[in-house]
Amino acid sequence: MSIIMTISISQTLTTYIFTLDHKVIARQFLITGIFWAFMGAAMSIIFRLQLGFPEADMGWLRPILGKWIMVDAAGIGKLDPEFYYALVTMHGTILVFFVLTAGLSGTFSNLLIPLQIGARDMASPLLNAFSYWFFFLAGVTMFLSLFLSTGPFSGGWTAYPPLSAVPAASDGSGAGMTMWIIAMAMFVVSALLGGINYITTVLNMRTKGMGLWRMPLTIWAFFITAIIGVLSFPVLLSGVLLLVFDRGMGTSFYLNELVVGGQIMDRVGGSPILYQHLFWFLGHPEVYIIILPAMGIVSEVLSVHARKPIFGYRAMVFSILAIAFLSFIVWAHHMFMSGVNPFISNFFVIFTLIIAVPSAVKVFNWISTIYGSNFRFTSASLFALGFVSMFISGGLTGIHLGNSAIDIQMHDTYFVVAHFHIVMGVAAFFGMFAGIYQWFPKMFGRFMNETLGKIHFWGTLVGAYMVFWPMHYIGIAGVPRRYYSLDNFDSFKHFVGLNQFITVAAILVFFLQILFIINFFYSIFAGRKMTVKNPWGATTLEWTTPINPGHGNWPGKIPTVQRWAYDYSKGDEEFIPQIVPLGKDEHDHGEGH
Amino acid sequence: MWIGIGSIVMMFGSFTSAYVVRRAAGNWYEFKLPDIFFYNTLILLLSSVTLHFSYQAFKKGMESRYKSLLLATVILGLTFVVLQYVGWTEMTAMGATLTINPSSSFIYVISGLHAAHILGGIGALTVAMVHAWYLPFKPTARRRQRFELVVQYWHFVDLLWVYLLIFFVMQAL
Repeated sequence: MSIIMTISISQTLTTYIFTLDHKVIARQFLITGIFWAFMGAAMSIIFRLQLGFPEADMGWLRPILGKWIMVDAAGIGKLDPEFYYALVTMHGTILVFFVLTAGLSGTFSNLLIPLQIGARDMASPLLNAFSYWFFFLAGVTMFLSLFLSTGPFSGGWTAYPPLSAVPAASDGSGAGMTMWIIAMAMFVVSALLGGINYITTVLNMRTKGMGLWRMPLTIWAFFITAIIGVLSFPVLLSGVLLLVFDRGMGTSFYLNELVVGGQIMDRVGGSPILYQHLFWFLGHPEVYIIILPAMGIVSEVLSVHARKPIFGYRAMVFSILAIAFLSFIVWAHHMFMSGVNPFISNFFVIFTLIIAVPSAVKVFNWISTIYGSNFRFTSASLFALGFVSMFISGGLTGIHLGNSAIDIQMHDTYFVVAHFHIVMGVAAFFGMFAGIYQWFPKMFGRFMNETLGKIHFWGTLVGAYMVFWPMHYIGIAGVPRRYYSLDNFDSFKHFVGLNQFITVAAILVFFLQILFIINFFYSIFAGRKMTVKNPWGATTLEWTTPINPGHGNWPGKIPTVQRWAYDYSKGDEEFIPQIVPLGKDEHDHGEGH
Repeated sequence: MWIGIGSIVMMFGSFTSAYVVRRAAGNWYEFKLPDIFFYNTLILLLSSVTLHFSYQAFKKGMESRYKSLLLATVILGLTFVVLQYVGWTEMTAMGATLTINPSSSFIYVISGLHAAHILGGIGALTVAMVHAWYLPFKPTARRRQRFELVVQYWHFVDLLWVYLLIFFVMQAL
């Protein structure tokens, strides 16, 4: 009995925990990502409560936050300002890196690259598993830093020096920052291992007939994303390495004669701007690392559910390439106000605005894809539509902020918060949700509940606009971001009501995401079972695998590819899978140019 | 093959970082690089030459030559690391310490990071030596590919140092 138990436990461990199967690793990334998304969202609710209702009693949070809620003589509980900053910092770090980078790329690159190019697994399944476990350890480290007596790092997710370089600068700058650095270093290792694997797999493991110009746009997006990641994450690592030297070895890369705690520091000649350059050299490509996979997913989902070929396939690929290239030469638009030379700013303004061109190409192609189609409204396709909506709304405000002159007024206000949350936060989440609803059957052999899915979509769409749309307004009025309390500013007094509205909307959106999480886990065990191999009628290879594919994906031979991925509504056929040979008079739309 | 591509891509990444790091620097403290860094370059270049001929010998099936040249490469590599350390102590003795100015800090950090990559290369060479001494000598395609990857990496870190040195010298001009 006990031997059988041991064997079954060890089998469970090798199947679900220490697995090398890319499909299981994808699910590990997804579920870990959902955990972090929940954590990050819960933090945002706590600081939104502070912003919306600064006078309210927060004593009821004491069981969770303990000493970070200070109870005064009257028995009113107040959020510790130091911890407020820590919450903002952790919210940013977690959402940007752990959820929208690892949770999005990690999940869908792992799941779809081998399945859609016709490979049995990644080029190196072992490194792939390491990639997940480094991410896991990074998460554990970051999670533990929440329990430090001095709190986690609180200097903002960008970790600018001197707050990040001088351990004595603030509560979170000591042990909290040390653990932040350790976690981020492991995260970079994870991202590099994953990225190298994705690139190699796409280049070398495609099945017979799968030319580059026959790949679905998902694969193009993941491939380019991985290249951006492999080129930009090492720069963050070198920036952080110099930070480590400044913190521990007494060097002055980022520090100069600062006064900390009433004493002049023994440092000479460093510049915090250097860190900003290094950080944003990663930081700007990072936003495309987040949004490009979502764009790939949305292209695929829209085409499948519009039952039409994606409009302008090659233009889509070239616009991804253009965005990827431009993403490396616009980083200083995050630094217009740091004293960079205005002439250099011009250069960055121009390239920033040029990014609008390939972005607009993509938007017009998505709209043309769905234009005149017999659109199938599923949770997945609704979220894909929502992505396009968010991307347009957020993209337009990017044009405001990309102008260095306008940025003088807007920078570090809620306008910036509204812009990036819509364009890379909510939009990327919508892409991720579209992907989850679309490929959930492939991951778990069951469907998610469509009714709950549609409630989730409409609630989140409306709720997200309710949260972020008013922020543009208070941002233009000059309300600065990251402030603990606006009570001391008379000019912001009339925004009290608006801030309460935003907070209430944020709580609404938060509960809708809990609905999604319930739907997700319920459907894993009790969702409607998948009975056919290809429920959406898609052309791509992942739907030619068995309903519950084992390690290796295809039981017999790997299928060969005969045509591009977007033969929908062609002739009399509603769709023609990629494995069907070309007819006599047909030409291939991907390669046949 | 994938390791080859992977490491080249990854190296390119750190390359870029080093490049960007050096661009943004003000308030510069001038000093002369210790001569030992230049002698050391010759040692590292020599190690690439020995490794190259070791690889040629391996392909031609000349076992003893392959082993001895491989051993020579590892010794030269280790010598390089030791002499780099001597170079750093000389820099410190000249007054260009780690903390005095970013100009010297950069040299310590960048050359230190490079030395860490050399140590990684020595690790790979050590594995190659274990193969050479404990596996039966058979220049199969698989063995050749493995060895080739080590050779590529070693040439890469060698060239990286040449680039860094030229770069440091150009900065001082």
